[in-house]
Amino acid sequence: MIEVKNITKAFGDKTILHGVNATFHTGKTNLIIGQSGSGKTVLVKSLVGLIRPEEGEILYDGRDLMKMNTSQVKELRKEIGMLFQGSALFDSETVLGNVMFPLTMFTDMSAAEIKERAQFCLERVNLKGADKKFPSEISGGMQKRVAIARAIALNPKYLFCDEPNSGLDPRTSILIDELLSDITHEYNITTIINTHDMNSVLGIGENIVFINKGYREWVGDMHQIYQTSNEALNDFVFANDLFQKVKAYVIANGHDQQPN
Amino acid sequence: MVITDSLTTFGQYCMFICRVFSIPDRWKTFFKRTLFEITKLGVDSIPLVIVISLFIGAVITIQMQLNIISPLVPSYSTGLASREIILLEFSNSILCLILAGKVGSNIASEIGTMRVTEQIDALEIMGINSANFLVLPKIIGFLIYMPVLVIFCIFTSFLGGVLISVFTDIIPLSRFIYGLQTMFSEWYVWYGLIKSLFFSFIITSVAAFYGYYVKGGALEVGKASTNAVVASSILILLLDVVLTKLLLQ
Repeated sequence: MIEVKNITKAFGDKTILHGVNATFHTGKTNLIIGQSGSGKTVLVKSLVGLIRPEEGEILYDGRDLMKMNTSQVKELRKEIGMLFQGSALFDSETVLGNVMFPLTMFTDMSAAEIKERAQFCLERVNLKGADKKFPSEISGGMQKRVAIARAIALNPKYLFCDEPNSGLDPRTSILIDELLSDITHEYNITTIINTHDMNSVLGIGENIVFINKGYREWVGDMHQIYQTSNEALNDFVFANDLFQKVKAYVIANGHDQQPN
Repeated sequence: MVITDSLTTFGQYCMFICRVFSIPDRWKTFFKRTLFEITKLGVDSIPLVIVISLFIGAVITIQMQLNIISPLVPSYSTGLASREIILLEFSNSILCLILAGKVGSNIASEIGTMRVTEQIDALEIMGINSANFLVLPKIIGFLIYMPVLVIFCIFTSFLGGVLISVFTDIIPLSRFIYGLQTMFSEWYVWYGLIKSLFFSFIITSVAAFYGYYVKGGALEVGKASTNAVVASSILILLLDVVLTKLLLQ
């Protein structure tokens, strides 16, 4: 579990995060949503230690990131997997090489064991047979899956995903969402997904944190979001006609009767 | 304002170098990457060094011969003067200026692209010192291989002069060879090698610094690459003056 307490971050005179509080639960897909410029990327970067907030606490199962020294942060990061918006695969390495990389750097496994583990991770994300290809030779969706395989190679306790569906077609987006949700439950990971994708919000959002203008405005799940009276959240999630119709249908027929 | 900016950049460069020169996470990976960089930055530069040295060596010989035609100057002077130019300046300073273009832009664009595509962030998230992991093998690899390139440059330049003597009638080969051997000072070779080590450090570290701190997209990577070549060229020229004063006087 990751707890965020009273996080404040400013760049110059502009305050981006205003005393944000949130809890991200273990074994659940935790979503951070909000408009562009609302501060959610700053929040995610603060959580992984790429940005240092001015105030507040970031507790990884009780361990405060803000009070850790460099070597402690380094150790903590070995428990973290991250899926970047652009996948961030190493161009010079093959698909297999990318997944093997963290294993080579941080384990004492033999070469055969590393290869076996990497191939297992690739099979887990349904990418068998692409081992020898380079990132530039595979599609965007496949790149995301390789990045997921790399992120889970070391059995992380915490998985961060920055816009995992950006640039993907709707069908592939759903596959990535399902994969992230399955992995979260299967390995009991604390997964935090920063997303704009409303399909993800309504499909896998077990714990949703809505950030608006640097404030945490709402917390709930994909069922509660239909009932929300928060105007900013309604405007954001149900911005188009289709999602408004979905909302009306769900309210009228219940959560288990979502339209196909 | 310019002074403040320069000092800020210099401070940032010093902090970057401190991060680069830390103990590698995995020695085995470090040695593997260093060997790879020796091949990529050093061995792959040999064709360029050979072509440039051969032609410049030939041109220096022709120009020396044309400019010192006098009954008062001994005929071997062409070989002697060509040798001094090649040993003292061309095989180290000029060669490094040329390599700053090839190797420097390669490093800056590679690391810059890794920055804008979040590959460096990915390394950091994994708990890896990205500056050390990416840059140290490049600096050490190029530093190790630089003397080889300088020696290649010296001999190929001499070969250029020899070919001019053989295929033209502007200077007899025996006189040219005699000139190359006359009043030879071994220290000049060491002087060139010492200078080239300093220059190779500048080429790799400055280019890596510009690439590492790129912000933005492809356009900024291109700018960083250009800035890296310009900055390292200026630094090479400045250091050339300082080292010449220190080593030859």
